[in-house]
Amino acid sequence: MAILVKQEKNAMSGDEAVAYAAKQSDVDVVAAYPITPQTIIVEKFSEYVANGEVETEFVCVESEHSAMAACLSASVTGARTFTATASAGLALMHEMLFVTSGCRAPVVMAVANRALSAPLNIHGDHSDGMAQRDSGWIQLYAENAQEAYDSIIQAFRIAEDVNVLLPVMVGLDGFTLSHTLENVETLPDDAVKKFVGTRRLPNVLTHEGKTVPFKLDPDNPMTMGPIALQNYYFEFKRQQEEAMKNALTVIQQVNDEFAEVSGRKYGNGLVDAYCLEDAEIAAVCLGSTAGTMKTIVDNLRQEGVRAGLLRLRTFRPLPVEEIRSALENVKAIAVMDKSMSFGGNGGAVFHEVRHALYDANVQPLGVNYIYGLGGRDTSPRELRGIYEDLQRILQTKRVEKPIQYLELRE
Amino acid sequence: MTTEEWKFTTKDIAEKPDLFLSGHRACAGCGPATVLRMIMKATRGPTIVTEATGCMEVVSSIYPYTSWAVPWLHTAFETAAANASGIESALKIMKKKGKVKQEHVDVIAIAGDGGTYDIGIQALSGAVERGHDFLFVLYDNEAYMNTGIQRSGGTPHGAATTTSPAGTVIPGKLEYKKPIAEIMVAHEMPYVATASPYYWRDMLTKVRRGLEVEGPAFLHVFAPCPRGWRSDPAKSIEYSKLVVETCVFPLWESINGQCQLSTPSKLIALAPQKKKPVTDYLKGQGRFSHMFKPQGKKLLEEVQRVTDERWQRLLAKCGMAQ
Amino acid sequence: MTAKEKGWKEIAPAGVCSKASTEFLTGDWKTYTPVRDPEKCTRCLLCVVFCPDGAIRWRPEKGDIEFDAGYCKGCGICANECPTKAITMKFEQE
Repeated sequence: MAILVKQEKNAMSGDEAVAYAAKQSDVDVVAAYPITPQTIIVEKFSEYVANGEVETEFVCVESEHSAMAACLSASVTGARTFTATASAGLALMHEMLFVTSGCRAPVVMAVANRALSAPLNIHGDHSDGMAQRDSGWIQLYAENAQEAYDSIIQAFRIAEDVNVLLPVMVGLDGFTLSHTLENVETLPDDAVKKFVGTRRLPNVLTHEGKTVPFKLDPDNPMTMGPIALQNYYFEFKRQQEEAMKNALTVIQQVNDEFAEVSGRKYGNGLVDAYCLEDAEIAAVCLGSTAGTMKTIVDNLRQEGVRAGLLRLRTFRPLPVEEIRSALENVKAIAVMDKSMSFGGNGGAVFHEVRHALYDANVQPLGVNYIYGLGGRDTSPRELRGIYEDLQRILQTKRVEKPIQYLELRE
Repeated sequence: MTTEEWKFTTKDIAEKPDLFLSGHRACAGCGPATVLRMIMKATRGPTIVTEATGCMEVVSSIYPYTSWAVPWLHTAFETAAANASGIESALKIMKKKGKVKQEHVDVIAIAGDGGTYDIGIQALSGAVERGHDFLFVLYDNEAYMNTGIQRSGGTPHGAATTTSPAGTVIPGKLEYKKPIAEIMVAHEMPYVATASPYYWRDMLTKVRRGLEVEGPAFLHVFAPCPRGWRSDPAKSIEYSKLVVETCVFPLWESINGQCQLSTPSKLIALAPQKKKPVTDYLKGQGRFSHMFKPQGKKLLEEVQRVTDERWQRLLAKCGMAQ
Repeated sequence: MTAKEKGWKEIAPAGVCSKASTEFLTGDWKTYTPVRDPEKCTRCLLCVVFCPDGAIRWRPEKGDIEFDAGYCKGCGICANECPTKAITMKFEQE
C-alpha cells in the first residue's frame, strides 16, 4: 500500500468541490455559461480567475452552445479544457456534444443533473444526462460531493488517455449534491497536478505526409472536422466505439491509481457493488440515491434480508460484463430511473440493465421504478418499499407491474 | 510587416504559394473560391482557420482530401466565432505557459451569409463583445447555396431563391438585406470593413488590417455565386465590380468607429455622375430576371430607391453627405 | 466500398485529412478551355489573381504564365477579366 498524501477536510458543496478539482487540475481553458444548479461552479471558478489563483483562460460565453464549441476548439488546439452545465444547457449543447466526441476532443464537463422543461423545473433528476447517452461522451455519475471532486480529477486522465481521447461528463445530482455541504477531503495541489499530468497527444498522419501530434499547430497543419461521406463516415464512428471499449479498461486503471494516492475507490470504477455477493434481491441505481439505498441495505441485512445494491458509476461506456456478473445470481432486481424514456416501456437505466442481463444464464425478475422527477423527494421509507416489493416478487415469482412510479399522486 | 509597407501586386500574389489549394470542388466560376484563395494570400504568418458549415467548408474538405495548407477546423454551422474564441483563448494561455512555440498566431473565422447573418450571429456577437483577437470573414453569396439556394438574412430584396421564389403573388424576397457590417460597427469593435474581390488589392489590404488590429475584426466580402444567382460563371468577378459601381455594395471601413469610404466608392462619392443605375448590376442575373418583366418595374424602382437611401446614409456616416 | 479505401484501424482519428486536394483533379469538369494569345498577353497576372481554382500559375523562371488543365473548370473568368482580351474560351472537343 502506497503512502497516502495528507489531505484536507473541507466543508464544500458538490459544485464547490467540482470547481476546486478543476482549479487543481491545471486546466488551460474554461468556457462556460451559468445555469442552475451548476452556477456555483462557474462562480467559484470566476473567483479563482479574478484572484489569480489559476492559470486558466476563462471564456464567459454567451450560450452553452458556444461554450461547447469553444471548449472543443480549445481542446483540439492542445489545451486542457473544462466546462460545466445542466439541464437546458446540456440540451442546447446537444449538437456540439456529438461534434466534440467526433472530433475526439477530451473535454471534461460537470453536469449538475437537472430536469428538462416543460414545465420549467430547476431541480434534480437525470433527464438531461440520459438524453445525451448516445452523444459519444463517457458518463460518470457521482454518489456524493467527494466523488464529484475525485471524478473530475480522474476524468482528465480518462479523457486524455491516448487510447480513449473522448470527452467525459461527470454527473452530480442537482441540489442534492450540487448545493449540499459535505465534508470533502481534498488532495494537495501538487498531488493533483502530478496525478493529472500534462496532456499527451497521439500522433496522426496528415495530408502533408507528416506524422505529428494531434492538434491545430501552424508548424504542422492538419484539417480537422472535414466532411466525410458514405465512403468514410462509418469508419470514424467505429473508431469512437473502439475508444469507448478502451475506456472500460482505462476507467478502472485510473480508479485504482487514484486510490493509491487518495485512499478512495469507487467500486472498480465502473460499478460499485454493495452487498451483492450473496444477494437475492438488489436495486440498481445511479448517483446520490445510492447513499440512502446503502443505509437501507444495511438495515435489511441486520434483519436477515439478503439485499444488495448495484450503483452504476459509469453509464457510458455501459459496463455490460460487470452488470451481468454482479446481477446474474440475484433473483429479483429493481432498476431505478430518475428520468423518463417516453413511450420506451421503462426508463433508460432499466432498458440497459435488462440488455446487459440478456446473455445471463438465468435472468433475474426485473421491475423498474421511476422516481424523483423534477426533484420530487423520495423518502427512505419509500425506497425501503422497493426492497419489500422485491421480497414479494421473490415469493410469488411474478412481476405484476413492471413499471412503477414512486411518490407519484394518482 | 505593417499595412503601410504591404504593397500587394499581382506578382506578389502570384508568387506566394496558395494556402487554399487547387482541387477543391467548388463550382466553376465560384466567387467565394476566389475570395478564399485571395484572403489566404494576405495572411502574415502562422495562421489557424476555422470555418462554419457551408459551401466553402464542404468543397474544401471532402475526406480524405483537404484544400487547406494551414491548420483548419470545422465544427458546425453556427460556431465559427465560438471556435475562434476557443482557439484564441487556448493559444493565449498556452503561450503564457510556454506550450506554444509561435510568437503569435492569427486566427481567422470564415462563414457564409447563413453562418453569419442568421444562425451564427449569436456566437459572433458574443465573441466580438468578449474582444477575442480574431478576424471574422463573411463571404456573402446572399443565400444558403450549400443546401440549394434558400433565402438568408443576407439575400437582397427582390431576389428569387428556392424559399423566396418569384411567384405570381410574391415577387421574390420581400425583406431587405440585413445591414450586417453596420450591426458589427454597433458592437464598437476595432475594425469593420466591406470588400469585393474585383477590388482585390483593397480586399487584401483589409484582410491584413483586420489581422493587425488587436481585438476582433470583421470583414464582409461580397462573393458572387453563379449557381445560386443563375448568372454566367465567367461574370462572377464582373458582378463584384458592378455591385460597387452601382453602390449596391459600397466599399468602406470603420476603424475604431470612424467610418470612411474606400477608394472605389470614394471616387463615386466625389463624382456622383459615375454612380451606375442598379439595373446595370441586376440584369443578367437569373435571380432578378422577374424584375425586368413589366410587372417588376415597381420592384426595380424600389431597389434603386433603397440603394440610394442606404448610400446617402453611408455618405453621411463618412462625412461626405451630398 | 473499393479495396483501396482504408479501414477504421488505419485512418487517423477525427477525420484528419490524409491527402491534399491537389491530388484531386477537377480539369475534366470543363466544357470550355482557355486559350491565350501570347502576343496580346501583357503578363499583368490578373487572371492568376482571379482564378477560383488556382489553375493559372506564374512561372517566374519563364517570365510567363501557365494554365493547369488539371484544375481548370473552364469558368471563363480569366477570359472575361483579361484587360487585353488575350484569352478566349474554346469549346473542348474530345
